[in-house]
Amino acid sequence: MFKKILIANRGEIACRVIKTARKMGIKTVAIYSDADRNALHVKMADEAVHIGPPPANESYIVIDKVMAAIKQTGAEAVHPGYGFLSENPKFADALNAAGVAFIGPPKGAIEKMGDKITSKKIAQEADVSTVPGYMGLIEDAEDAVKISNEVGYPVMIKASAGGGGKGMRIAWNDDEAREGFQSSKNEAASSFGDDRIFIEKFVTQPRHIEIQVLADGHGNAVYLHERECSIQRRNQKVIEEAPSPFLDEATRKAMGEQSVALAQAVGYTSAGTVEFIVDGDRNFYFLEMNTRLQVEHPVTELITGVDLVEQMIRVAAGEKLPFAQDDLKINGWAMESRLYAEDPYRGFLPSIGRLTRYRPPMEEATPTRAVRNDTGVFEGGEISMYYDPMIAKLCTWAPDRATAIEEMRLALDGFELEGIGHNLPFLAAVYDHPKFTSGKMTTAFIEEEYPDGFEGVTLDESACQRIAAAAAAMHRVAEIRRTRISGRMDNHERHVGDDWVVTLQGASHDVTITADRSGADVSIGGQSLRVESDWAPGDPLARLMVDGAPLVLKIGKISGGFRVRYRGADLKVHVRTPRQAELAALMPEKLPPDTSKYLLCPMPGLIVKIDVSEGDEVQEGQALCTIEAMKMENILRAERKGTVKMINAGAGDSLAVDEVIMEFE
Amino acid sequence: MDVLQELETRREAARLGGGEKRIAAQHSKGKLTARERIELLLDDGSFEEFDMFVAHRCTDFGMEKDRPAGDGVVTGWGTINGRLVYVFAQDFTVMGGSVSETHGQKICKIMDMAVQNGAPIIGINDSGGARIQEGVASLAAYGEIFQRNITASGVVPQISLIMGPCAGGAVYSPAMTDFIFMVKDSSYMFVTGPDVVKTVTNEHVTAEELGGAGTHTKKSSVADGAFENDVEALAEARRLIDFLPLNNRQKAPVRPFFDDVNRVEESLDTLVPDNPNMPYDMKELITKLADEGDFYEIQEEFAKNILTGFIRMEGSTVGVVANQPMVLAGCLDIDASRKAARFVRFCDAFEIPLLTLVDVPGFLPGTSQEYAGVIKHGAKLLYAYGEATVPKVTVITRKAYGGAYVVMASKHLAGDFNYAWPTSEIAVMGAKGATEIIHRADLNDPEKLAQHTQDYEDRFANPFVAAEKGVIDEVIMPHSTRKRVCRAFASLRTKQVTTPWKKHDNIPL
Repeated sequence: MFKKILIANRGEIACRVIKTARKMGIKTVAIYSDADRNALHVKMADEAVHIGPPPANESYIVIDKVMAAIKQTGAEAVHPGYGFLSENPKFADALNAAGVAFIGPPKGAIEKMGDKITSKKIAQEADVSTVPGYMGLIEDAEDAVKISNEVGYPVMIKASAGGGGKGMRIAWNDDEAREGFQSSKNEAASSFGDDRIFIEKFVTQPRHIEIQVLADGHGNAVYLHERECSIQRRNQKVIEEAPSPFLDEATRKAMGEQSVALAQAVGYTSAGTVEFIVDGDRNFYFLEMNTRLQVEHPVTELITGVDLVEQMIRVAAGEKLPFAQDDLKINGWAMESRLYAEDPYRGFLPSIGRLTRYRPPMEEATPTRAVRNDTGVFEGGEISMYYDPMIAKLCTWAPDRATAIEEMRLALDGFELEGIGHNLPFLAAVYDHPKFTSGKMTTAFIEEEYPDGFEGVTLDESACQRIAAAAAAMHRVAEIRRTRISGRMDNHERHVGDDWVVTLQGASHDVTITADRSGADVSIGGQSLRVESDWAPGDPLARLMVDGAPLVLKIGKISGGFRVRYRGADLKVHVRTPRQAELAALMPEKLPPDTSKYLLCPMPGLIVKIDVSEGDEVQEGQALCTIEAMKMENILRAERKGTVKMINAGAGDSLAVDEVIMEFE
Repeated sequence: MDVLQELETRREAARLGGGEKRIAAQHSKGKLTARERIELLLDDGSFEEFDMFVAHRCTDFGMEKDRPAGDGVVTGWGTINGRLVYVFAQDFTVMGGSVSETHGQKICKIMDMAVQNGAPIIGINDSGGARIQEGVASLAAYGEIFQRNITASGVVPQISLIMGPCAGGAVYSPAMTDFIFMVKDSSYMFVTGPDVVKTVTNEHVTAEELGGAGTHTKKSSVADGAFENDVEALAEARRLIDFLPLNNRQKAPVRPFFDDVNRVEESLDTLVPDNPNMPYDMKELITKLADEGDFYEIQEEFAKNILTGFIRMEGSTVGVVANQPMVLAGCLDIDASRKAARFVRFCDAFEIPLLTLVDVPGFLPGTSQEYAGVIKHGAKLLYAYGEATVPKVTVITRKAYGGAYVVMASKHLAGDFNYAWPTSEIAVMGAKGATEIIHRADLNDPEKLAQHTQDYEDRFANPFVAAEKGVIDEVIMPHSTRKRVCRAFASLRTKQVTTPWKKHDNIPL
């Protein structure tokens, strides 16, 4: 076995690999850029080597620099994580030449599976089910129309070198095929420097289901069942689970066996993933094979008990797989949520900055439940603009899907994350969505269910009552504490009453509290709810039991009550005496200031260009300016027709959130 | 029986103020009545009224025919969380809350009681101004109130809530109190109203623009805070009272706290960015040092380059002054100096210990500052810190340059505990500027200059030179700051200072 390995990556995946290596008694080497000087993976590793400035193309993906770090530290093997150099044949070559083991597949397999057209051909030859389509390259737009008709609409026009949704178009008719071909080609040329295009059948009611495979250098290959990753936003996976709620045993077996066949056809070793698209009738079609460890691998680990990183290391060291296909059973259900530094209330725009508070739920594993959190950040750390905005991968496991989902809801409720915008409320909302809980989702779930973006959720009456009861009990405790201040007039202390009016989500609830030593019976809406908690005033997280069921609330301060965050909701909860409530009802409703006449900067970023001038008349949807944040160019568009009155910023300006970029008349 | 009957009838009439119609009008403006406000301000059932039946004595212009009980102001006392306070609330439904001789006498009576018994005075202002029919008697009433504001200043806390109009000479009573809070969209304060402004200067300005809550919290700094409505303003006034001692002979109040004195905040070790030119949010430090993260900010919207407000440590009140690197790099200017100086003096007057968090690159340069007298205004803060005898704990987080270093509660101004984080740089100025002066001869040699700059940084961009000289008591780790500061204040609970006799000082006003 290796004595020392280098992890050619950063963030959560580097930390993840270090954990397993440490467990196996292998020393670890981290590499880091200037931006990661204080990063968690650097602290966790036994050694760390600085490899350059923040941009990945000047540090993490510069092969020479990584090779120098290997040489300097004497690492015997390299785990590439995902992204960066993980699927780079040149890196595999360089390692080979230096006599350093690559903890991943052979270079040949990377190359063969790296190209969409080649991989599809190999898959077909290995009798793997593929999407009907034209495998050859397409000459011109007319050729594209002809082929589209042969394949049959709807068709997908794709860049051969594509990924992440770039260079991809769907066409339902000849005109769209013609147009789609041209734009795909242009995008492919600019994004990948490779404008080869192909066309295939567009699958309806598609679900993204992938098979984890593992192969050793001794001819053994197994599949570790599937993961369903249909919850995607713009082709970026958001929620994954294993197994899939959609597959039956026969389909699972067929997909697994075809995946193993494909792995063997390319001489695959190590861990890999074969991605399929599955239609409403459980027809499945090969999409591509990822020749690396996937982001979402933990859900597979949770249902199989296999440490995939450990197996990758063992395979790279020449060991045999310790299990056969029959040993690999599905045990329970696992969910994974990707927490991103993306603000769901601002169209999921990236949000960078300091994590002023970061308290994930406690990790644990028991026979009936498990919580796992893979992360590369820490409280006081920075989400930098240079890398992927992923904060953490939160996983839960339980014997069945419904329980795993419930565990996830509680874990998300208890996940404290402050300082930056993040998608936690959105994730929570998905776990409460009936289409998701029933398992009837497709890859279009987010697009279809949240067509206008995410604006938070409205809680039902029962949830509101539980929160109201909890808030009243907490407020009472906080008020009693206030009466214990020094300097009181003896014998004339304030008495805190038992009757309260709780207002949230625009409705008022009359509440009466009967408190005892261990909690309170709260009567609300004709019923009595038992509230118990060890919450103390000032705690930002309240873990309560309300009528025997856990209720976890994030608590903030507002005048006369609490800001409560729960599931996908962000509420102002006021707790008042009946008289206070009566007087508060007389207060005028104030509307938030009208900002429709302003274009506000939606995220901290740099203005790349302003597309309009003062006095211009703009149409709805017209591009107004481009802002760069996290290396992404975001085009801000006019929400309605109007005339530009004044422009307050220019190219090169660095703006904060909500700074006024321009005003309209 | 008749007397009891009459008492009840009179009470009912008094409680109704200006009558149901005017109460409805008051409500329709989003305002509560004087009695409703007092109800929200004080503990349930704790209000005891004085002078409910007082009526004016004016006989001019037919005034003798209309003598409403209470004369447009409700006065008395009660408790806030069991602690004694005195209160007056002008009643806009009765003659527009206008100030008559007797109206003024009612206010003066409870002010005298407050000073005698050592309890705060809370004034709720909602008045059309002087009762013109009474002429000079009305002005005299104002004068009497002013005199009492002055007498009470520094003896008991005085808080003004502006919940309606407050115009003309009337503004000068709140102006002399310790804190002024306003309600957005329904209160305004000015010496001369929009009509006069228009006649005299031809300026067209609305009452809201001239003297609304926005104006006074952001531009003029007359007000210390603004709230959405009456209910919120009164709730927050209660919250403020919980921070304040009842009078200048008492220590600040202590209340049970649910936080760990020894709480370690690892995240503070990364609060100060590697790049010295990058800002960070000083509020994060304040909330992480405070008990339960609770920070009652004063003048939040004004001179944002300095933060002032109250926190608790170990349950007892601490006044915080902190440079805010997010705004103007945290430098001191006229506004920041004035804002902080007044806050420091309030804390000193009422025995509230002071915590000062320093990251200051110096005073803001420029003609606008010099012409407007930054010398005198900056001196106010220097003076305030120097004369303060309350426990003073200072933590330098990063820059402490030049005169601004001395001003910010340095050891030289009788600081009790002066701590520095390892990231601190205590120097006369930034390395670049310093080098350009010391090595003027090498100005045209960028290479040499860079070397000199590096040398200067190596020498001064750390807390050690200051620590060697004893002007920093100790270099402490950011993560243990809460514990260190709590212990420092705990050790200062018995602090005593004697100063030479003087009639009073002569602060550079």
